[in-house]
Amino acid sequence: MIDSIIPILVATLAAATPLIFAGLGELVAEKSGVINLGVEGMMLIGAVAGFAGALSWGTSVGLMFGAVAGALAALPFAFLTLSLGANQSASGLATTIFGIGLSAFIGQFFVSQGLPGMKPYAIPLLSSIPLLGPVFFTQTPVVYLAYLLYAMLAWMLAKTRWGLILRAVGESPEAAHAIGYPVLAIRYGAVCFGGAMAGLGGAYLSTIYTPLWVQNMVAGRGWISVALVVFAAWKPTRLMLGACLFGGMTILQLQAQGFGVAVPSQLLSAIPYVATILVLMVISRDRKKLQLNLPASLGKPFVPGE
Amino acid sequence: MSDPSSIGLAKTPVPPRLALWNITKRYPGVVANDKVSLSVAPGEIHAVLGENGAGKSTLMKIIYGATHADEGHLLWNGKEVHIANPAEARHLGIGMVFQHFQLFETLSVVENIALVLEGKFDLKALAIRVKEVSEKYGLPLDPYRMVHSLSVGERQRVEIVRCLLQNPQLLILDEPTSVLTPQAVRSLFGTLRQLASEGVSILYISHKLHEIQELCDRATVMRGGRVTGEANPKEETSASLARMMIGRELPVCVSPAFEGEAKPVLEVKGLSYANDDPFCSSLFDISLCLQSGEVLGIAGISGNGQAELLAALSGEQLSASECVLLEGQPVGHLDAGRRRDQGLAFVPEERLGRGAVPSMSLAENTVLTAHRQAGLSRYGLLNYGAAREFAKRCIERFDVRCPGVGAAARSLSGGNLQKFIVGREIMQAPRVMIVAQPTWGVDVGASAALRQTLIDISRSGVGVLVISEELEELFEICDRIAVLAGGRLSEAQPKAQTDAEQIGLLMAGSQQQAA
Amino acid sequence: MHLLEPRANSSQLMRWAGPPIAILLTLLAASALFAILDKPPLQAFYVFFIEPLETANGWSELALKASPLILIAQGLALGFRARVYNIGAEGQLLMGAVFASGVAIYTDGLNAWWILPMMILAGALGGALWGSLSAWLKTHFNADETLTTLMLTYVATYVLSYLVSGPWRDPGGTNFPQSIMFGESAMFEPLFDGLRLNSSIFITIVAVPLFWLFVSRSFRAYQLAVGGLAPAAARYAGFSARSGVWISLVISGLTAGLAGAMEAAGPVGQLTLSLSPGYGYAAIIVAWVGRLHPIGIVLSGLLLALIYLGGEAAQVSMQLPSAISWLFQGMLLFFLLGVDVFVDYRFRRRRDKRLMSSEEGANA
Repeated sequence: MIDSIIPILVATLAAATPLIFAGLGELVAEKSGVINLGVEGMMLIGAVAGFAGALSWGTSVGLMFGAVAGALAALPFAFLTLSLGANQSASGLATTIFGIGLSAFIGQFFVSQGLPGMKPYAIPLLSSIPLLGPVFFTQTPVVYLAYLLYAMLAWMLAKTRWGLILRAVGESPEAAHAIGYPVLAIRYGAVCFGGAMAGLGGAYLSTIYTPLWVQNMVAGRGWISVALVVFAAWKPTRLMLGACLFGGMTILQLQAQGFGVAVPSQLLSAIPYVATILVLMVISRDRKKLQLNLPASLGKPFVPGE
Repeated sequence: MSDPSSIGLAKTPVPPRLALWNITKRYPGVVANDKVSLSVAPGEIHAVLGENGAGKSTLMKIIYGATHADEGHLLWNGKEVHIANPAEARHLGIGMVFQHFQLFETLSVVENIALVLEGKFDLKALAIRVKEVSEKYGLPLDPYRMVHSLSVGERQRVEIVRCLLQNPQLLILDEPTSVLTPQAVRSLFGTLRQLASEGVSILYISHKLHEIQELCDRATVMRGGRVTGEANPKEETSASLARMMIGRELPVCVSPAFEGEAKPVLEVKGLSYANDDPFCSSLFDISLCLQSGEVLGIAGISGNGQAELLAALSGEQLSASECVLLEGQPVGHLDAGRRRDQGLAFVPEERLGRGAVPSMSLAENTVLTAHRQAGLSRYGLLNYGAAREFAKRCIERFDVRCPGVGAAARSLSGGNLQKFIVGREIMQAPRVMIVAQPTWGVDVGASAALRQTLIDISRSGVGVLVISEELEELFEICDRIAVLAGGRLSEAQPKAQTDAEQIGLLMAGSQQQAA
Repeated sequence: MHLLEPRANSSQLMRWAGPPIAILLTLLAASALFAILDKPPLQAFYVFFIEPLETANGWSELALKASPLILIAQGLALGFRARVYNIGAEGQLLMGAVFASGVAIYTDGLNAWWILPMMILAGALGGALWGSLSAWLKTHFNADETLTTLMLTYVATYVLSYLVSGPWRDPGGTNFPQSIMFGESAMFEPLFDGLRLNSSIFITIVAVPLFWLFVSRSFRAYQLAVGGLAPAAARYAGFSARSGVWISLVISGLTAGLAGAMEAAGPVGQLTLSLSPGYGYAAIIVAWVGRLHPIGIVLSGLLLALIYLGGEAAQVSMQLPSAISWLFQGMLLFFLLGVDVFVDYRFRRRRDKRLMSSEEGANA
């Protein structure tokens, strides 16, 4: 029994990894008060850039390409919403549409090319812990990077001055500005970090998870990441749990198809999206709780009076 | 005064703590500060007196580095400095207590304070210092409370303690008493005098003459961006200070007696509201009765249930139908639009974004509440011609200064927009008129006009309910005054049978219960 | 870092000049792109914007593509004014097509006049239902409509995919996931011999003036606009936020569903996976570029349709991938959002008093 569960759990974590990267990145951006609906587009751009990099210089370089490309893809959004104070929802949407187009455009050169992917690396000692070891510590190094990112972010948000400043800017940019913090610069940083993480998540998909370039291969994971941040109530630990939940859903649905469950495969494929809606229903219903956690300035443009 | 370094030097052997010389700051279309000079000695409590829009806040922002002067010089302890940002100002030893508190609601007291301090990030050690300093100056605070759970007075303490922890040499307070009870004002003054005696200079910005006369050693008076005089306020009369401040005597309202028959027009009975928004307050068993022909005032500091009571009265928040009666008819279950149909008019505190849509024209903003007026809407279609006509009449009748009915609401000054909104509501011939903070941020001339308008409309048989933080205003226009504190409303007293002291005690008494 | 300061009054000039400026900037960016790809920009522009319009067929195709775009965008614009962001028109379109196709499939073999009207109604119903799901989620569960409309688009895609590869697959056809070809009475009639343009365009032609009247004169549209511009003012006036959400999502779903029926019973003629070339997404851009104004949307719908045609032409004659039209759409929206800001803001200026006062005068 356990033997058949472990591979499923291992696959679950692998499927959760792009959501973890993109979700944590978006969480940071939203903590600073900016909602970026361009995650899907930035992930696609990261995916295609990562694929290009990996093709020539290997997977690790590809991942770096992905992160850098994601950060660059966030720049037009940042300029529009921060320097010009444009509507965040619409600008995010533009980022996604642009990302779909740009990635498909560049990706045409990579269709039907393959990549070696990345081998799992069992961490000595840790991987020999019963059950937990094989699940958590026989993954590809990128998954470990996701753990690391989570740990660092959780610590920074809760314990450091940086985290406090980020929360303050998202809570009241007016007050942060009045006591002398460069609100826009901080938000630029947060948005670009979000882009880099989305790009990394996308690159992970195209260079390790699949590893192939397929047009529109992110398939809604960017949007699910945005929903995950709401689900997580802007808390890193809950985001990790949520990402694993959705990773599990993806894997189960694939497994069910493999086991020949008597439900048409197309309907099974819709499960993660239906689940996202259900989760949003449950989470958003409690407005009181939502309000306590929601960065108060989320989505509102901040125009610093001189 | 040809040489900047000479200011103040003649008067005192030590250089002034702060000296400003010919500070000029222009904004698009307006000169906010025009060659302003002033100096503050160490340990001096110096008032900057002026009405709304006189340029006081801009001047303070320049001193605090939040904005920069276009021209002029700033000397700190005798040396010319350029203050690039608030952090530099704090480095020099300048602290600022903002009129609109610059605090973060979802952060704790100590986190709020840590945000302006430099050095090692250690919240535990800081919490201990916060406790020490707050007790030393009689400003008790719990460092771990969340700011959203604090009363307004406690929030101000956070702002002051935040400054004191930086060992300031100059403390700027911008209209610090607008949210305090008379008793709390006295205790604040005690703290400020203690600080001054320790050598801290204080810049005290206010438009309240009697406070300045009580507290300050010197006063610089500003009007229209210019300095119109410097005086020792203790040697001046209120009238002479007022002349310097607004160029004439303070206007006074006239309240004739109501000659019609007084009937109850708005009654509230046992209204309670448990708020589930963690950042807002609740209401407990509120009862009141507003008569036609009177102005009833509700005193109290915002955050004690004011917003909730207003929402319950206007219909933005529904209640049991019998809790609110309009001319004897239960309306508690009706929404804002349907209460307006029955003759209830409401002027909210936020003019832009609630009382008016900022980017829409005045004509379009007319439709917001006046669409039920004859001719404005038919078969679900709007008649914008009629709306323009309505707006035009409103502008003429209530002396709204604006380029025309096509002007965007946000392009009007606070006073003129308020006149427009009040006028729009009055022109719908209401039976009851509820007004929140009628003259908040409005200049003296427009304030007087607005107050007189409210008295006049009441004497025509309308019941007027005014909710305000300004006690002086309530005593000027109201016939009876009640106090809303901690979500509870006191019995309304005829104006002649009460005074500021008693109202202040009511405001403070329940406030402690709530906190 | 912030470059702007507010204008006292909105600039009418920028309101109207904005879209042309955004189009111009997009063209400039496109030329740069063509130059990088070693394609002569002038030839590319010719292929993109002139060639498609040199034949009667080209004009027919333009109208055929513009019609659903304009129709959907009219509905979306209504919601966008109220800040109800339905970005799942694609899903509502697909559900409209599914509902309409259902009618066609179950009445196959019949030859009755009412089949097509039934399909139109069913399409509108399907789209409106799909949109109202998100409205229900928003008003009862406070679930963000941006995310739910989009998630429902993915769900709609899979529902469509299930139907055409399962119960509704053409039994007589190859194994392709597609339905039967619809009968003549389940199709819009072509307007001209040999051209694909069909009578469904009259739906759009009727809808545009209706929307124009609604937006410019109706009290309901005013309420929606207030709800979008200043929610607190809407509450103050007693306008219901709930009904704003319902109206926005039902109407935009309805128009998208209609467009789905128009596609299925028009140029496609059956239910297939590739029924919509992304009209639901492109319509978002059409709405913004058209300034959310019913007439502006007609112009921007024609423009986007041209970009679609150009994309197809470029694929054939210049070996450029068709994804290039997505790229242009994204750029166009970027530029427009940037230019849009200047309706209410202007570049922060250094203290030039004379200029200020003359500008104030001009605005007033």
